[in-house]
Amino acid sequence: MALAPTVQLLAALSAVAALLVLAVAGAVLARGPLGRPVVYGGALAVTLLAAVSALTAIPAPIGGLVLPLGIPWIGANLRLDALSAVFLVVVNLGGAAASLYGLGYGRHDHAPERVLPFFPAFLAGMNLVPLAADAYTFLLAWEFMSLASWALVISHDKEAGNVQAGLVYILMASFGTLALMLAFGLLAAGGGGFTFEAMRAAPPTGWAGAVVLVLALLGAGSKAGLVPLHVWLPLAHPAAPSHVSALMSGVMTKVAVYGFIRIVFDLAGPPDWWWGIPVIVAGAIAGVVGVLQALLQSDTKRVLAFSTIENIGLIFVGLGLALAFKASGFGGAAALAFTAALFHVFNHAAMKSLLFFGAGAVLTATGSRVMDRLGGLIHRMPVTSVVMLIGAAAISALPPLNGFASEWLVFQAILLSPELPAWGLKLSVPAAGALLALAAALAAACFVRLYGIVFLGRPRSEQAANAHEVDAFSRAAMIALAAICVAAGLFPGLVIDALQPAVTALIGVKMPAQSEVAWLSIVPVAESRSSYNGLLVFLFIASSALLTAFIIHRLATGAVRRAPPWDCGFPNADPVTQYSAGSFAQPIRRVFARTLFAARERVEMPPPGSLAPARIEITARDPAWAFLFLPLAGLVERIATRANRLQYLTIRQYLALVFGALVLLLLVLALWT
Amino acid sequence: MDRTLEIAHGTPLDAALSASLVFDVAHLFAGALVLISFLMLYQDRLYALLKVFALQAVVLSLSVGWQALAQDAPHLYVTAAIALVFKAVVIPLALARMVARLGIHRQVETVVSIGPTMLAGIALVALSLVVMLKATAAVGGAADALAREDLAFALSVVLLGLLMMVTRRNAVSQVIGFMSLENGLILAATGAKGMPLVVEISVAFSVLIALIVIGIFLFRIRERFDTVDVDALDRFRGGRA
Repeated sequence: MALAPTVQLLAALSAVAALLVLAVAGAVLARGPLGRPVVYGGALAVTLLAAVSALTAIPAPIGGLVLPLGIPWIGANLRLDALSAVFLVVVNLGGAAASLYGLGYGRHDHAPERVLPFFPAFLAGMNLVPLAADAYTFLLAWEFMSLASWALVISHDKEAGNVQAGLVYILMASFGTLALMLAFGLLAAGGGGFTFEAMRAAPPTGWAGAVVLVLALLGAGSKAGLVPLHVWLPLAHPAAPSHVSALMSGVMTKVAVYGFIRIVFDLAGPPDWWWGIPVIVAGAIAGVVGVLQALLQSDTKRVLAFSTIENIGLIFVGLGLALAFKASGFGGAAALAFTAALFHVFNHAAMKSLLFFGAGAVLTATGSRVMDRLGGLIHRMPVTSVVMLIGAAAISALPPLNGFASEWLVFQAILLSPELPAWGLKLSVPAAGALLALAAALAAACFVRLYGIVFLGRPRSEQAANAHEVDAFSRAAMIALAAICVAAGLFPGLVIDALQPAVTALIGVKMPAQSEVAWLSIVPVAESRSSYNGLLVFLFIASSALLTAFIIHRLATGAVRRAPPWDCGFPNADPVTQYSAGSFAQPIRRVFARTLFAARERVEMPPPGSLAPARIEITARDPAWAFLFLPLAGLVERIATRANRLQYLTIRQYLALVFGALVLLLLVLALWT
Repeated sequence: MDRTLEIAHGTPLDAALSASLVFDVAHLFAGALVLISFLMLYQDRLYALLKVFALQAVVLSLSVGWQALAQDAPHLYVTAAIALVFKAVVIPLALARMVARLGIHRQVETVVSIGPTMLAGIALVALSLVVMLKATAAVGGAADALAREDLAFALSVVLLGLLMMVTRRNAVSQVIGFMSLENGLILAATGAKGMPLVVEISVAFSVLIALIVIGIFLFRIRERFDTVDVDALDRFRGGRA
């Protein structure tokens, strides 16, 4: 191989090795008092260094290395290019935050020996995937990541449903790996080599390329959580300990996105014009279905897991647009869409980790993830409340935070779609844009609901009333992530410029340099068309808020008048009369979920005089389960039941089977040739 | 013997004559094997079946001996001797002793009656002829006519042996079906030139060991269930016959 190893590649490899050593140390020290500080502290140091090193690797030349491991005639091919570096930054920033959080959060873990060995191993797997440069190493790292996270999902195996979540997860992960394996097989068939270099040199032609696209969409999509392959995600992500949930939702789904980009943009050759359509459609559906289901959940971590599906949908729409523009020869627009997707990858990793940390903090403080048992935490957990507010605002795409910047870029790319020549794209892209707009609005409703029910109002349970702020490590991790969200929102141009080497490598064109734009604005296409300045929006919001506060507090009358507060005509002051998670979602549930999820409400009113409580029961089903997975499981079971009869044949019947098969094959041979 | 060898390596005229003779005799033995397979299918008494099986083994050893002569491959004489000693003498005698000790010499319950079995056997022979002649035709000149027809007959014997295993209920007759199947394999192997002696001996020994194992099992089954009818095993296993 012509590529020489760079310092950053060696640093990334040493990080993987160090994390594996930490995994062993975790297994040895788990029960002792040293286990938690050594593992999380070590992982924090390693991932921080790796993140810095990867950041410097984005604009650096490509480094390559072949280690004599794995399949003998191929070896372990490793490569660090701009795209890998971008994802390594995401992985290691998320990993560093989770390690910092784990330093405090891990104290409450009842069985640290089930978490400590696998946490660094999981990080090592996610670090290795972007470095892999041959199919074998890639799949090995991918499976290692899956298995380590699976072990973390079932770490609390005594809690109801966790083991089943692990089973669904491992099944879907195996399916995804199978799809990727087939995709690599097709890619290798063209050039006859399993290294990415050989695949790149001889990309598949004709239908083979299309099949690779579909397989990559299935394989990476099942890991990332595209509908209808998302069913494992809302089960598995909340089942893990919160810092691991953050890693799975914020980081591992991004590694899946990396896999998709690597295969489709890098290895599968020049795209056909229609390649973007399935990606855009899958993304748009994931966006709407994900956020609608998030609105129906009453468990904080499940809300966040479903919201991940929505954000993955947004990222895939961006990638699909980039494919469509690239295939039609619009380099600038493709670069814009691709940048938007990468930017959202970074943003979502930061804000979803932050939100999961917040949910974990609430879980630590109150012992509950059920929204209807929380409330009023803003007085008891002020720091958590503020950072959660930042996270919720960011993920709802409110300016001046980072979520807005990347979603705005995606919509800027969608607005360029009328220039596309193909009618299929001209029509489907605006439709997908409308779905995304709906998803963005619903996401805002979803996080207003989450924040409002959990942090505002009055506590709905004793535990919520007695909650205390979490430890300093957890707070530090959340504050750091909130700072990243704010910084990336105020100075999006810096992030966009930093991403450009990766964009140039895969699209061939880059966006206009944002550092040359005055006043820290960002200009996706041309100044005459659109521009956005996060800092200006922030200053406007800050100054108008200050002005309002000044007017109210200084210029209003100082006279005090006391009166009873308006109680909505309902004088019962019990906290359970507040809006609940279910009642807040009711209008949206009735409008959207009735047909899509067959959501039904059943009200049970006791007759007059009865002391039984009135009950409302809400049922909803996931169409993916109802129409895809349950029939599939039923089919497998029916076939297995039929095949089971083969276990009870007589000896002669077995012989007859062999005989019949032999005669049949001979007949085929006689008639065929 | 020596005279025939001389003919085989004699003048061109003699060679042509001997080639036709070699072919005809080999054909005769192979055809006889198939015919004896049919005879076995027809037998419904165990002693008769054993005798026919011994006859097949004798013909097999003659066939192998003829091949040894024709191919000038002395190691095949060893094969022929093994076939003669074990398959024509030792195994039938052993099985006959077993049958006598088990006292089952009167029973051979066939699952499918003789007529349809014979018809199926004819169909199988036709099928194997079609398959083998077609398949070896693709090879072209590499396989001579002798080897091709030999292979077709051998496949017939294998299939008829399998058919026997499937259509009999008694464990002893299943064993004989298995041995007869193995006869077909040896016929195929000797018809094709150049099979090493080691393979030959190991096959012979594996068959012998199979006989011993099956024999032991037969007595064990008999001790346990008072019968060697394999359906009794199935009833015991809860099989759905």
